[in-house]
Amino acid sequence: MMKFNFKKNVVLTLTLFLLILAGCTNSTTTKTDDISKGSKKEKIELSFYFPVSVGGPVTKIIDQLAEDFMAENPTIKVNPIYAGSYADTMTRAQTSVQGGNPPDLAVILATELYTLRSMDAIEPLDRFIEDDYINDFYEGFLENSQADGKTWSIPFQRSTPVMYYNKEAFAKAGLNPEKPPKNWDQLLSYAKKLTIKDGSGEVEQWGVEIPSSGFPYWLFQGFALQNGKNLMSDDGKEVYFDTPENVEALQFIVDLSRKYGVMPKNVIDWATVPSDFMKGKTAIMYHTTGNLTNVKNNADFEFGVAYQSANKSYGSPTGGGNLYIFKDIPEEHKKAAWKFIKWLTTPKRAAQWSIDTGYIATRKSAYETKLMKDYVKSFPPAAVARDQLEYASAELSTYNNGRIYQVINDNLQAAIVGDKSPAEALKDAQQEADRILKPYN
Amino acid sequence: MKNGWRNSTFKVNFYSWLFLLPSLIFLTIFTFYPILKTIYQSFFQSMQGEHDSVFIGLDNYKYLMEDEVFWEVIKNNIWYALGTVPTSIILAMMMACFVNAKIRAKSWIRTFFFYPTVIPTIAIANIWLFIYTPGYGLINHILSWFGIGSVNFLGQSETVMAAMIVMIVWKQAGYFMIFYLAGLQNIPTNLYEVAKIEGTSAWNTFKTITFPLLMPTTLFVFIISLTNAFKLVDHIIVMTQGGPNNASNLLLYYIYQVAFRFWDKGLASALTVIMLMIMVIIAVIQFFSLDRKIHYS
Repeated sequence: MMKFNFKKNVVLTLTLFLLILAGCTNSTTTKTDDISKGSKKEKIELSFYFPVSVGGPVTKIIDQLAEDFMAENPTIKVNPIYAGSYADTMTRAQTSVQGGNPPDLAVILATELYTLRSMDAIEPLDRFIEDDYINDFYEGFLENSQADGKTWSIPFQRSTPVMYYNKEAFAKAGLNPEKPPKNWDQLLSYAKKLTIKDGSGEVEQWGVEIPSSGFPYWLFQGFALQNGKNLMSDDGKEVYFDTPENVEALQFIVDLSRKYGVMPKNVIDWATVPSDFMKGKTAIMYHTTGNLTNVKNNADFEFGVAYQSANKSYGSPTGGGNLYIFKDIPEEHKKAAWKFIKWLTTPKRAAQWSIDTGYIATRKSAYETKLMKDYVKSFPPAAVARDQLEYASAELSTYNNGRIYQVINDNLQAAIVGDKSPAEALKDAQQEADRILKPYN
Repeated sequence: MKNGWRNSTFKVNFYSWLFLLPSLIFLTIFTFYPILKTIYQSFFQSMQGEHDSVFIGLDNYKYLMEDEVFWEVIKNNIWYALGTVPTSIILAMMMACFVNAKIRAKSWIRTFFFYPTVIPTIAIANIWLFIYTPGYGLINHILSWFGIGSVNFLGQSETVMAAMIVMIVWKQAGYFMIFYLAGLQNIPTNLYEVAKIEGTSAWNTFKTITFPLLMPTTLFVFIISLTNAFKLVDHIIVMTQGGPNNASNLLLYYIYQVAFRFWDKGLASALTVIMLMIMVIIAVIQFFSLDRKIHYS
């Protein structure tokens, strides 16, 4: 019979067990070690979340920018972390903040300002900013970056929707390739001429494609502004979805596909519209100017870029992401992050970023650089979105942004697929939105 | 009789608890505590950005009863389960019987049936996103040969659910086929010999021998596919994000939206509790009623 040594077995088992537990706990990150050391010899490591919402090798460009910055600033290490779409990046940032481990800086939609404020995740950047710096940015972009007289984020990759049109297709249809449609009536009549069907009645080339997947509110906002006022109040507490002008605008979009057959029916996917355009499946597309360089490099035909067609006036939302610095990070990190932001937004670099992607260079002086002047001379479409800023207004942005977006997106899609009439859809959206915003009023 | 910790009964009990302890700790941390905390949180309202939660009792549940999207999501999930579960089971059974027979290239066919399972759902979702694309997507391309117009499978409410079901059945059937293959090996061959001697038709053989003896496997596959219908939403994230207008939204994806897009922890907890109850009811029905009807050899 074995000797049953009680004590020895207990000690052994408990030790093993504790070892297992110790192995399972996370080791603290080097970042916290850096904070506790605080010595200047240690590199400051910044985590930088960024989304990609347009075609082209954007990740490579961002990585290169980080490399260039680090070469000039050897004490700072920037870790660019690709985080998916704008929505994914926002989710990731919010989760990190909730978990007490925020990133140092991130590119997030400019419209998430109120949400990030109510989470207490960001703080004003005014103490870093010099006057002549901030005034150089276009007002259209600052509208979603400032609140209560303070600046909370810096515009970085900003855009508006624009109309791309296939000049060769225009010529073939007997339209003047240098005269894109200026208003809704012209848009409709041109689109009718540009819709080509093959022998069996199937459409080979659509007149126009306006994407409606993911975030249809953005494209819709353009039409709403072309017909009337913006979709929300300045303080982010009220929305104006079911005005008669908005119903008219939505009806126009729905009619393009359901009544006139010049646009594909049902939800049109955001990511496939540019490929459709470049393959010649659609003669006109509404898409972000951020895709300009992608289209320029890949289209094998001559194309033009124009303002979105007007109705009562030209109109457009702004779009895109700003650079945010998060609140609960060490002070040295905030200073280092600010250095990076300032470096990213010098006029020359803003111009280069715009040339590489098609996003609008966020500063007026960027368009005065020789680099940009030459580019615009050789490729005039590069200035169209910037010029359209004259008619641009703030992008839809409210408290509890995520929910409001969901409500308006769902209802817009319901109208587009024909489940609800435009009037019904916008009324439902308004009711639901009012309920969601009630606590803030 | 010795007292205290030298007592042998005590020693046995002590050791039992000691060996159970690791599993118990993990279960408590990752299962029991989260369940209790979720139930607790579902009675509070914690909207986005507000640090303090407000106790509101059953208001979250009341809100859900009136929420259109919630009922849409439940309806979708039921249709989705009805679409994927019987189809996967029947298809898997047929596939298993087919590859069990003596045919040439048996291994190749089994590989082709099984490989969709091996590919991650996200990869499959991206591939099928292309297959379903209107215009030049694979299916529409083939349809155009027959003169049928382009169908926007993922962009309209009528077809999006069916499109998802087809894709998931394609992915799952191979996985269940493996289980059925194993189950088929366990059926004694002398039963088939007897059936052949008596001249039973193939269908009757299947009905009276194969199918009943496969019931243990069927129960297992039934549970897996039913819980999968509620558990797996990767493809929704990639392909439709719940659209258009929530036509392809499932319960788990709705929970994700409420929790991580709207940051409404109270509502998300209430939804999670409801989902938990659904899964428990499924398990109870299956184990208590169906189990009785199965013949275990």
